[in-house]
Amino acid sequence: MRHDPLIPMVAQVTDIRVDTPDVKTFRVVGLDGKKPFVHLPGQCAMLSMPGVGEALFSITSSPTNPDYLEFSIKKCGCVTDWLHAMEPGQQITLRGPYGNGFPVEGAFRGQDLLFIAGGIGLAPLRSVINYVRDNRDNYGAVDIVYGARSQADLVDYPEILEQWCREPGLDVHLTIDRAEPGWQGHVGFVPDYVRELGFATGKTAVICGPPVMIKFTLAALQEMGFRKEQVYTTMELRMKCGIGKCGRCNIGDQYVCKDGPVFRCDQLDRLPDEY
Amino acid sequence: MQADVKTRAIQLLEEGQVDRVLGWKAGEFFYDLTPAVFTSPQQVEREFVWSSFSGPNLSKYLIAETRKPGKIAAFLKPCDTYSFQQLRKEHRLQADRVYVVAVQCPGMCDPDKVQAAAPGPISLRKEGDGFLVQTLYGEKRLTRQAALEEGCLTCKTKKMAYFDELIGQDGQDGDGSRFDQVHRLEAMTPEERFAFWQGELSRCIRCNACRNVCPACSCEKCVFDNPASGVENKAAANRFEENLFHIIRAFHVAGRCTDCGECSRVCPQHIPLHLLNRKLIEDMNRLYGPYQAGGDLEAKAPLTDFRYDDPEPDGGGRRGGAQ
Amino acid sequence: MNGFPLSRLPELMAAMAAVATVYCPLAGKFAPWTEGAVPELTGNTKLGPKDLFFPQVEDLVRFRVSGKDLEVLDTQLRQEPFVVFGVRACDCRALEILDRVFLTEPVDTFYQARRANGVVISLACQRPEETCFCGAFGIDGAEPGGDITAWQGEDTLFFRANTEKGQALLDRLPLQEAGEDGAEAAKAKTRAILQRLPLGNLSTQGFGQAENLLDLFNRPEWSELSASCLGCGACTFVCPTCQCYDIKEFDNGHEVCRYRCWDSCMYADFTLMSAGQPRPTQVERFRQRFMHKLQYFPANNGGIFGCVGCGRCLRQCPIHMNIVKVMKTLGGEDHAS
Repeated sequence: MRHDPLIPMVAQVTDIRVDTPDVKTFRVVGLDGKKPFVHLPGQCAMLSMPGVGEALFSITSSPTNPDYLEFSIKKCGCVTDWLHAMEPGQQITLRGPYGNGFPVEGAFRGQDLLFIAGGIGLAPLRSVINYVRDNRDNYGAVDIVYGARSQADLVDYPEILEQWCREPGLDVHLTIDRAEPGWQGHVGFVPDYVRELGFATGKTAVICGPPVMIKFTLAALQEMGFRKEQVYTTMELRMKCGIGKCGRCNIGDQYVCKDGPVFRCDQLDRLPDEY
Repeated sequence: MQADVKTRAIQLLEEGQVDRVLGWKAGEFFYDLTPAVFTSPQQVEREFVWSSFSGPNLSKYLIAETRKPGKIAAFLKPCDTYSFQQLRKEHRLQADRVYVVAVQCPGMCDPDKVQAAAPGPISLRKEGDGFLVQTLYGEKRLTRQAALEEGCLTCKTKKMAYFDELIGQDGQDGDGSRFDQVHRLEAMTPEERFAFWQGELSRCIRCNACRNVCPACSCEKCVFDNPASGVENKAAANRFEENLFHIIRAFHVAGRCTDCGECSRVCPQHIPLHLLNRKLIEDMNRLYGPYQAGGDLEAKAPLTDFRYDDPEPDGGGRRGGAQ
Repeated sequence: MNGFPLSRLPELMAAMAAVATVYCPLAGKFAPWTEGAVPELTGNTKLGPKDLFFPQVEDLVRFRVSGKDLEVLDTQLRQEPFVVFGVRACDCRALEILDRVFLTEPVDTFYQARRANGVVISLACQRPEETCFCGAFGIDGAEPGGDITAWQGEDTLFFRANTEKGQALLDRLPLQEAGEDGAEAAKAKTRAILQRLPLGNLSTQGFGQAENLLDLFNRPEWSELSASCLGCGACTFVCPTCQCYDIKEFDNGHEVCRYRCWDSCMYADFTLMSAGQPRPTQVERFRQRFMHKLQYFPANNGGIFGCVGCGRCLRQCPIHMNIVKVMKTLGGEDHAS
């Protein structure tokens, strides 16, 4: 087979986990049963079903996972509807990895890290959180603030409860939008919860979630004394190629697929507010 | 005429009779006028141009403009007034927010034809029956015919469908010569006709200019823009589909197309798209009697009206119905 | 410098056609030359040679689906050699701009194969049009690029190879040795005309500097400039540097063909997502097109503008709105910061 960035490889979905009413996590390997490629936390890949369409998803699994890739995908359009309807054993196409990823071996090294996620926004953060857990000595204290509409909407809840919450040096703060029976934890929106928790301002923060949540959380962090240079986020726009050529995912002169999806918040300041 | 039109536009704004004026704005050259909304007499004085290059039909802009508060004066050519009336009939614009100033039209020039006949045109002025064009490479004289838009050469009518005010004279219906080319196509064998349209439509670059300019194409969301429709725009999987785009569009606007000729005027590839529409107009006239879309607000359109003596749809114009 | 008598042009075309398919200006676009066809060597073509390298529709890959299994069927690259004759200086620069997009890692192999197999013979301008403004972008219509440059003298066509690929083609043509004088005279003639073009003084001042990005983006004039834009793709499709594409699929029941096609940032669905629309009205779409050419592209490409001043959008826009009007409204000395 000829090599062209637009020609995908065939991969196989070996496991599908139901995470929430509208999120499933798909385990993907190559036809040889091995992990298809090496990636950085925060990078994305194009998944497609021929005849249905192609779309870009962030890779949820950590690069430290040697066996497979995982994608946590929310049902919200043509391609995702189809993915949610398929069964394990299905072959799909895969190309990537795309984008810059988080600077886990750069700016993040040696820092105290604060991860803030809302809803499906945990998907790209799970990759970097598990990468940090697997390279624990290279990073300082880790705080995770994660919120969703309800308990049932918390993506990957079992892993959070059984692994993250029990791990020393890892503080997990969960919240849901509205009180519900059986929930002992915090109730309220993520930006308010972040303010309540009042983190030390020396941390490096990473925010991922719906645009409005990112906006208000960034504002909360700034009020608390964080500088934009300390805060990272990931962006999502419509993409076709994933390699900075099809021309539609730019924010100013930056292509989200190639120059992003990870941006430091101060970098966004010099770009138009068109996202 | 330029002076009359401009003076009136200024007066209407100054007297507060309207809040905005829809007209044509001067460009870099004598021929590249852009449709524009003017809000002050000074702006009109500076930029408004009525000339032989005021080709763009302004009626479609009134859909968006009449959703805004206030009253707008629209300067319309005879053919534009039919588009206006048709949009009004379809309740696509709020006519009470428009003050129509109809302007007698001498026929509009086609910048492409001028550029082809007089390459590098810099200025143009009337001289006798024709034009004197100054070009980068010297002077060139053009007859009026040589410069006129294809649609204007075979003008359907110079009679206004509607106006609140008229500048110049109201005119007469055309002589029917607009169907001559249709008749020539009808006289061809099916193979010749197929070859003709293949040749024309194969040049289509699917830019959608014809659709987007068309006053009859006023759907909020076009089927060709809907990814789920299977016929989405941009590019077709094969040539056959591409040809069908234009044929489907012609059928969709049949009975509503006023024959304003904008589709052919804007086509970057000079495909005579108006011939598809004229063929359907001619067919409808033959089958159901003469009808001019946008002509009479009360008249029922042939394709939305049923009469017992309507011809059967199985072709040949056979009369059926009540027996 | 090589030369060939203009009066015997058909012979030269035949000699080129014996080497490879030759595309030349015919009926306003670059079409394959056949015996008897007369190349139009005076003005510029309505459509540039863009689609010879980046076709409007191009198959990328095919798939066969059976049950849960998938098979990827490769699509052939275009490998046969071809020649494009009569490319103007603006379109030569446009190809360099496309190169910067498609030949940057990761390389687009479809485009790369066409570029590798195509020999571009440029032709110095003879009769620039009133809509030409290539000079604004530092392009000299008398000295076009390409693999071979050609000049039209009084009775001779002059050729100079710029690349090995070009030289290899010239070596196979029945050319004579010719001095430099004829071509120099042709250049002087062209430049004399270029100097008196009405848009010759168009300024790029105020564009392409990183510090101006937000100022330019937030200028209130965008609304008025875009007010009568129809949202069609005429400007994009006739533009020699517009290269945005869509990837779509066609399922014929046996195979799924994935193809790409030209797309336009002027279209409403260009950036539409199930999650929302970052460019909801024509103002944002219109602004994107010009910001890309005048600001974003230079920012990423060492100051080279994404417009080549060919003037095609000036001629083809249904409502005559174009990059010159945009530049005159937003740029120039008044607005330079």
